[in-house]
Amino acid sequence: MSAPQPEDVGARLAFDRGAPGRSAVAVSAWEGERRPLPPASLLRDSLRLPELSQPELVRYYIALSRRNYGVDSGSYPLGSCTMKYNPKLHDALAGLPGFADAHPLAPPHDVQGTLRLLWELQQALGLITGLPAVSLAPAAGAQGELSGMLMIKSALQDRGELAQRRRVLVPDSAHGTNPASAAMAGFTVTQLPTSATGSIDRAALQRELDGSVAALMVTLPNTLGLWEESIEEVTALVHQAGGFVYGDGANLNAVAGRIRYGDLGVDVAHFNLHKTFSTPHGGGGPGAGPVCARPDLAPLLPAPVVQRTEAGGERTQEDAFSLARPAHSIGRVQQFHGSIGVLIRAYAYIRSLGAPGLRAVSANAVLNANYLRSLLRDDYDLPFDRPVLHEVIFSGSRQRRESDVRTYDIAKRLIDYGFHPPTVYFPLIVEEALMIEPTETEPREELERFADALIAIAREAREQPDLVRSAPHAAPLGRLDEVTAARRPDLRWRPPSAHPEPVERSP
Amino acid sequence: MESASTDAPTPYIANTAADRAAMLARIGVRDLEDLFAELPARFRDPPLPLDPPLAEADLQQHFRRLAAENADLAQRPSFLGAGAYRRALPAVTAALASRSEFVTAYTPYQPEISQGTLQSAFEFQSVVCELTGMDVSNTGLYDVASASAEATLLAARVTERHRVTKRHRVAVLEPFHPHTLDVVRSYAYGADLAIDAVPSADDLGTDHACLLIQQPDFLGTIHDVEPLAAAAHAAGALLVVVADPFALGLLRAPGDAGADVVTGEGRDLAGPPSFGGPSLGLFAAKEAHLRQMPGRIVGRTKELHGPTRTDGSTADPRTGYVLTLQAREQFIRRERATSNFSTGQSLLALAFTVTVQALGPHGLRRQADRCYQTAHDAAARIAALPGYAVVDRGPWFQEFLLRGPLPAPQLLQRLADAGIVGGLDVSDRPEPEAAGAILTCVTESTPPDHVDRLIAALSSLEQASLEKTP
Repeated sequence: MSAPQPEDVGARLAFDRGAPGRSAVAVSAWEGERRPLPPASLLRDSLRLPELSQPELVRYYIALSRRNYGVDSGSYPLGSCTMKYNPKLHDALAGLPGFADAHPLAPPHDVQGTLRLLWELQQALGLITGLPAVSLAPAAGAQGELSGMLMIKSALQDRGELAQRRRVLVPDSAHGTNPASAAMAGFTVTQLPTSATGSIDRAALQRELDGSVAALMVTLPNTLGLWEESIEEVTALVHQAGGFVYGDGANLNAVAGRIRYGDLGVDVAHFNLHKTFSTPHGGGGPGAGPVCARPDLAPLLPAPVVQRTEAGGERTQEDAFSLARPAHSIGRVQQFHGSIGVLIRAYAYIRSLGAPGLRAVSANAVLNANYLRSLLRDDYDLPFDRPVLHEVIFSGSRQRRESDVRTYDIAKRLIDYGFHPPTVYFPLIVEEALMIEPTETEPREELERFADALIAIAREAREQPDLVRSAPHAAPLGRLDEVTAARRPDLRWRPPSAHPEPVERSP
Repeated sequence: MESASTDAPTPYIANTAADRAAMLARIGVRDLEDLFAELPARFRDPPLPLDPPLAEADLQQHFRRLAAENADLAQRPSFLGAGAYRRALPAVTAALASRSEFVTAYTPYQPEISQGTLQSAFEFQSVVCELTGMDVSNTGLYDVASASAEATLLAARVTERHRVTKRHRVAVLEPFHPHTLDVVRSYAYGADLAIDAVPSADDLGTDHACLLIQQPDFLGTIHDVEPLAAAAHAAGALLVVVADPFALGLLRAPGDAGADVVTGEGRDLAGPPSFGGPSLGLFAAKEAHLRQMPGRIVGRTKELHGPTRTDGSTADPRTGYVLTLQAREQFIRRERATSNFSTGQSLLALAFTVTVQALGPHGLRRQADRCYQTAHDAAARIAALPGYAVVDRGPWFQEFLLRGPLPAPQLLQRLADAGIVGGLDVSDRPEPEAAGAILTCVTESTPPDHVDRLIAALSSLEQASLEKTP
């Protein structure tokens, strides 16, 4: 008997399944007196959506879920993404009906529990970062960056310096969101080179620092997994030149509980709670990217912030917490108050760990990264030979040179060994970069299995390069044709009879 | 094997003291703290006066207490809408969107092991295009407000490209959600765009990049989109429609009426309101604007090579999905990207898709119709009460302006005394119809006894105010 061909799951969308007349949920029609609908010109005459029974719909999405890999499936050492284990308890806590059912415009009296929690989270983030002015409003890291850069813009405007200070300095190792956020805030971007030791090139910084500089954006620790050498001197130089220092806190996991950004001379920073504070990443969100600042910048924070009424009295005691708009706020960045469900999980994480737990997190995150560095340093090139913090960056340049096997191939081959690949080709300044962030939640044995896999792949690259170049072999799908996907975009379902190209309506 | 004591520092960290010692020996470092030697000594290990750690059961109790400080909404009738609407969600939505393979995955950078996220994102794009009548959709942005702000930035880029003079203004047609307008202003501050809140499309000028409208508008009324599109296009501007996707189960798709970009809020069809977040911004556009879109986009493609069959022959390449058109994005284009967008709202997009697909075309339409009928029935009953009026602003969907015998703040306070959240005070809005009014929302999932309680409370308020009148 020949093996049956497994279904090509991707070939049939929900739209291509089911049959007219089926439905996955019973909806009752209105049975009271019917009022007339608006005129037909305001109504739609057709709607094309799938018609599936409930079992069909469930099996389809379960089949899709089985073609996905999450942290619960195995190691996910995606550099710069801090893919640590997400505690199950915190999902349940965020789903408590009191939190989940709260309407965003509910009277403050009805949401004191949520407001208290958010206020306490603001306080905790202020303590952890040393930047006590906190707004939880930004929806994700990039929106936190934009908020922070708008605050800097507004502060410069208040000083009467915005017209001349239009340049933002960004290291060439930075996340792409940094220059993109600076540009969205209306600044031009000057890229700073990285020194041979993996920090900002000091001479280049000093050359660029003048009266046209609005800010330096700096990631701490940086995306090379390295501590930014003499950062307190760097921030002092920027301040002397009249600029602000923006801190990208994406990598806080390395130093949480050990150093405060505020002490280092950072003026404004954002922190990705979905990374350091372990909220599930959902296949690309939701996240939360609070912005934290020096106390004197508090009036500029994005709205709203949660405030506590200190005065006594029966009534004020009852409504101790309320939402407020800072006096010179850059405005709202979301319609409502932030990613509350994510913030609840992050607060649960902080409460479950406390200060000793947070210090254990950063200790073990750094320990795990350095352990991998020691296990792999003979088999892969290290572009910067310094002890690392939360992540280690290797280069696959040796494998490329000796066997014409690319980092891309090594990543795909790791899938066959059961691991999610690391981040590849980032930071942009490292040739054939393999950016590995194990996080503290990987057990030692898993790190060793992961290192063994990478060592085996290095050997395969020498002995059977075709095997590596054609990987993955054990994934739900082989390599996909990304070039055709970009050249001939096929971006949505269309009915079988439809013309493949959409018909453009004349305005 | 039982050890003397728990040695791992938290339940989420495996390394024990023995593990750490062995690892440090391999690394060649004596003490764990030595790994942090590069951090400036004078700032290292500051005091961190956080509350002490709570074990699982204690944390659970603490959070239950906090949640209980919020009002019990099952007992409190609420007629708040204004951007967040209680929807009856099918049980399959939470069941499928809580699968841990979806929940604990990152952005799908490795398509071979991320087809679940990618294919469901393609379903999402398809659903959004069908609902809005647009050609292309991204995988979602943060929320309706930031999506609308991004739409104005797109409009500024697009109109700048085609014309000699830069269009540096955006016209927003009132009544428009004030919070969304606030976010549009925040982004406009960054982009050096000016915002004009206008009462009519007649106010469009040659320096407007787009006209931004809300459907239904902030006070509940359904626009006829087509003449607004014509007015925008006649002025050389784009039309951006902020549409409620649930209402689109009933209403004409904005794309069919000439919209160039459609945004919307998907949270209510994805999960609970959760005090307004996390949310889900919908963003769809005409094909012409595809390469100016913000956010992630998923495309359908094939394997480069078909799989090998058991007999050694090669089968046809299978279908798969990938992130595509990434040359627009920040991690490639950096400061020249169309947006700084990175982490978004994928899990909510999945939940939104499951809800809409579970309802299907008939279920969604029936649910939207039920919402319309429930709201209109309640409004008719209230309008029949002496002393109350429902303001006629033309066809509306689920929200209406209500005037009573008391000024709006007092009316809301008296209802609050009766344990009812009667709506939102909009009496200070610029529109004359809103004078003295509250914005009241009734949907298909408003319990009938809550409507009865509202009507009884309004009725007794009227009696009381009559008795007080000398």
